Amino acid sequence: MSDEESSPQRVAIGISFGNSNSSIAYTTSEGRAEVIANEEGDRQIPSILSYVAGEEFQGTQAKTQLVRNPKNTVAYFRDFLGQEFKSIDPTPCHQSAHPREHESTVAFSIKDTESDDENIVTVSEITTRHLRRLKNSASDYLGKKVNAAVITVPTNFSDKQKESLSKAASEAGLEVLQFIHEPVAAVLAYDARPDAKLSDKIIVVADLGGTRSDVAVIASRGGMYSILATAHDYDLGGALLDQAVMDHFAKEFIKKHKTDPRQNDRSLAKLKLESEAVKKALSIGGSASFGVESLADGIDFTSTINRTRYELLANKHFASFTRLITHAVEKAELDVLDIDEIVLAGGTSHTPKIASSLRNAFPPTTSILAPSTSPTAINPSELVARGAAIQASLIQEYETEDIEQSTHPMVTVTPHLRASIGVLCISGSESQGLFRPLIDAETPAPVRRTAQFATPKEGGDVLVKICEGVREIKVTRAEKPQTNGRKEDDEDSEVDSDDEPEEVREKVWRVGKVLAEAAVKGVKKGGKVEVQVNVGPDLAVQVIAREVGGKGGVRGSIEKPAVVENGSA
Amino acid sequence: MATALQVSLPLPVLPEGWSAEKDFKAAGTLSSATQRIVEPVGPHFLAHARRKRHKRTFSEDDRIQAQENVKKVEDEDAGDISEPEDPLMLQRDAKDWKNQDHYAVLGLSKYRFRATEDQIKRAHRKKVLRHHPDKKAAAGSTEDDSFFKCIQKATEVLLDPVKRRQFDSVDEHADVEPPSKKQTQKGNFYKLWGPVFEAEARFSKTQPVPKLGNEKSTKEEVEEFYNFWYNFDSWRSFEYQDEDVPDDNENRDQKRHVERKNQNARKKKKTEDTARLRHLVDDALSLDERIKKFRQQEHAQKNKRRIEKEAETKRLAEEAAKAKEEEAKLKAEREAAEKVEKAEGKKAKEAAKNAAKKNKRVVRGSAKDANYFHAGGDAPPSQIDAVLNDVDLIIAKIDNEELALLTSKLNGKKDAGEIKVIFAEEVARLVSAGTLKDGEAKSFA
Ligand SMILES: Nc1ncnc2c1ncn2[C@@H]1O[C@H](COP(=O)(O)OP(=O)(O)OP(=O)(O)O)[C@@H](O)[C@H]1O
Repeated sequence: MSDEESSPQRVAIGISFGNSNSSIAYTTSEGRAEVIANEEGDRQIPSILSYVAGEEFQGTQAKTQLVRNPKNTVAYFRDFLGQEFKSIDPTPCHQSAHPREHESTVAFSIKDTESDDENIVTVSEITTRHLRRLKNSASDYLGKKVNAAVITVPTNFSDKQKESLSKAASEAGLEVLQFIHEPVAAVLAYDARPDAKLSDKIIVVADLGGTRSDVAVIASRGGMYSILATAHDYDLGGALLDQAVMDHFAKEFIKKHKTDPRQNDRSLAKLKLESEAVKKALSIGGSASFGVESLADGIDFTSTINRTRYELLANKHFASFTRLITHAVEKAELDVLDIDEIVLAGGTSHTPKIASSLRNAFPPTTSILAPSTSPTAINPSELVARGAAIQASLIQEYETEDIEQSTHPMVTVTPHLRASIGVLCISGSESQGLFRPLIDAETPAPVRRTAQFATPKEGGDVLVKICEGVREIKVTRAEKPQTNGRKEDDEDSEVDSDDEPEEVREKVWRVGKVLAEAAVKGVKKGGKVEVQVNVGPDLAVQVIAREVGGKGGVRGSIEKPAVVENGSA
Repeated sequence: MATALQVSLPLPVLPEGWSAEKDFKAAGTLSSATQRIVEPVGPHFLAHARRKRHKRTFSEDDRIQAQENVKKVEDEDAGDISEPEDPLMLQRDAKDWKNQDHYAVLGLSKYRFRATEDQIKRAHRKKVLRHHPDKKAAAGSTEDDSFFKCIQKATEVLLDPVKRRQFDSVDEHADVEPPSKKQTQKGNFYKLWGPVFEAEARFSKTQPVPKLGNEKSTKEEVEEFYNFWYNFDSWRSFEYQDEDVPDDNENRDQKRHVERKNQNARKKKKTEDTARLRHLVDDALSLDERIKKFRQQEHAQKNKRRIEKEAETKRLAEEAAKAKEEEAKLKAEREAAEKVEKAEGKKAKEAAKNAAKKNKRVVRGSAKDANYFHAGGDAPPSQIDAVLNDVDLIIAKIDNEELALLTSKLNGKKDAGEIKVIFAEEVARLVSAGTLKDGEAKSFA
């Protein structure tokens, strides 16, 4: 597509850049996305830089510096980029270099050179240094100089934030080909799997990180994604779970040694690091051991905790994750029954209890893609970076101008159907016929869909009645069945075993506007009828109905609605 | 798209008489669409973009125009949550968190129990952005981080559903004092009491709670309302006001003592609260004009029924009296008639008697006229006696009518033979009727 002129060959990767961790990924020549391990073997590279006597450490090495050298360690800075000091929340930086106001931006005062003087280093500069390290790690791994990237950002990253990030990246020698939204990258990572089947579905992506949680409700239609609603929580994340573990061990320590390891910065930092490790271990094992040398007052401390205990300690937070996710569904004006899939992304999504809580809050028709609920789930920590790598491979041949034009609102802003379009089966009467959707609501126009319908036993003349359908939730109160046939999940079932009659909720179709009727005549016994509905960019509709294998067929068109909101080209 | 969707439900049979030009008829247009952004990601989007661009170049103006009606999916800034901060509040000591107004600390005074989780989170963030100790240091303020801790505590309480209920239970600022009787009588009952009940409704386990309504509410609605409030199921509890339980393990008895004390206090407060609410509902009920109105209406209804009933009784009584009168009148008339009849009967009887007397005289006279059936000369006395005896026998045996008939037959008859025949016939008639025995009255034989 592009004619490579002056610029050298592009080598593009995908980068997920979080407040807690970053990942780099690339797409193999076979089209598989893979996350790259850095020199230390980490695929989740802590977004932390630390300076010791002028030497720069990054990632896990920098993270360990939080204990000894917190003042010269910069962490949790992504969300400060492109922001004014007054609109940032410095809370995550309590145990590292504190952000401060510098001109119109945010900066850190750190000793980043051999000299003993503190320098003011802006968040842009820190970002540049971090990205440069990431770029170098990728280049080392790939054996060629990486010079471009698709970087993921939260759905509510402002233009100003993107601009700052873009600048910081280019300072690091990275051309940002495109910013893509984190939840969309996660969905793309799943859809790009070779065995993935394309289907229309509503997906909730819950990106549960270290300092924040972001949820997006996405309509996936023919491989195109539209965000219907989002919810953000800047206090909910893995750090809260660490805190629960910390408090638990701190109390144990106090009981034994009468001193609170949380009172001393260094002890606190050790406690935090080990608590996080314990928490991660509990995602896989039933119990985990805690051990810190010289936790406080020179006392070594070891202990263990089992998963049940941990889940009890953090129960309140687990409930908050579920509520945030159901809240996003409400914001999209949808019902839990509408959700086909929940994609759990972000490091915290490894937590089994989060997935099982969601399992209880959503109907069995919702598949939950998390390591503990689905054997085919992709590592949630890698999802976003993988999606970015796939997008990078798709567009790296494009000229910059081309990418810009392709992502222009004239292209991206599209009318989305309000109601589903479908056909009445069994009866042509609007009250008796059964609506079968052909095109789901929230599908962007233009769109074309085809379906084949059975016909009455004897064949003959059939009616193709095309209507709009509106999904409704039917609630029936059924007396509680004596046995519900479940055996395994006894402990879960007591949650809903109050004496209220059980509510049965189901999705039903209400037939809305009738759009058109067509007759297909003389269908032979056992024949099928194929109906194709083609919605144009202006919402005019073309219909073709014909017997499968038969000749001719019926064609007709439905005019576009009188008021089409603007935006379609 | 790849393979066509397969639907196993059959299409309906074409209805009888359906027809259309080229077998197709359009009936309506699509509902208007929502303008949304398709995420510019993935191979299918790139294909879409290729089709949509047709090698055109879009400008900055196009961008603005295209974005005009796009449905927003990100929230705006928490601008709706802002209220001035009371300087006194900013000096609060976080240790005294039990006595702080958590809603005021977060700037949610006007929302209180109505604040959503989302609002609380956003309010919290807004406060953190302003009051984080790092911000204060930057502003050169020496203020400690006490208020920041207040913010954290407020958020901790309000975002924990259990703790929030405990606080809401004792959040006096959300209470609406019921108006006095005087105030109520001077003012608008619904305006004054509506908010009272709305505030109390927050404690209801059953939601939604029926509203007080207004003067147009129906009797059923009003009844439902008071029924609901008299059967109020409240989650209000009072552990928030517990005395602190000593934390040390040494003083176990003291600990248990405080715990027991707390338990009792909670129970007592709960009982008092139930009574308070009952009282409040009683007051409202007693001041509720609708109750009076419904009672009056009921009263009027009853009255109407009573009046109707009375009228009915009256009518029935009148009817009965009339009937009685009529009857009396009839009776009187009948009696009068009877009297007349009687009188007339007497006369007739007398007349008949007289007539009979006359007739007897005629009959007897006829015997005399016939010379007692003695042929020639004066009839011997024995004959006269015998004849007169027989005549009297006949007379005695016949009634007045027969007598009259006999008389009429005899009237004017002078001929002895003829008279004798008449008598003989009469005797024969009487004998055949069994009135006379054969052989009696032989004078006429
Ligand atoms: N196996 C695991 N089990 C539980 N938690 C985990 C696991 N692995 C990572 N985490 C947690 O995930 C969090 C980091 O998530 P992630 O790597 O997605 O961060 P991020 O995207 O940078 O997040 P943010 O920007 O919100 O800080 C940390 O709190 C970490 O402890």
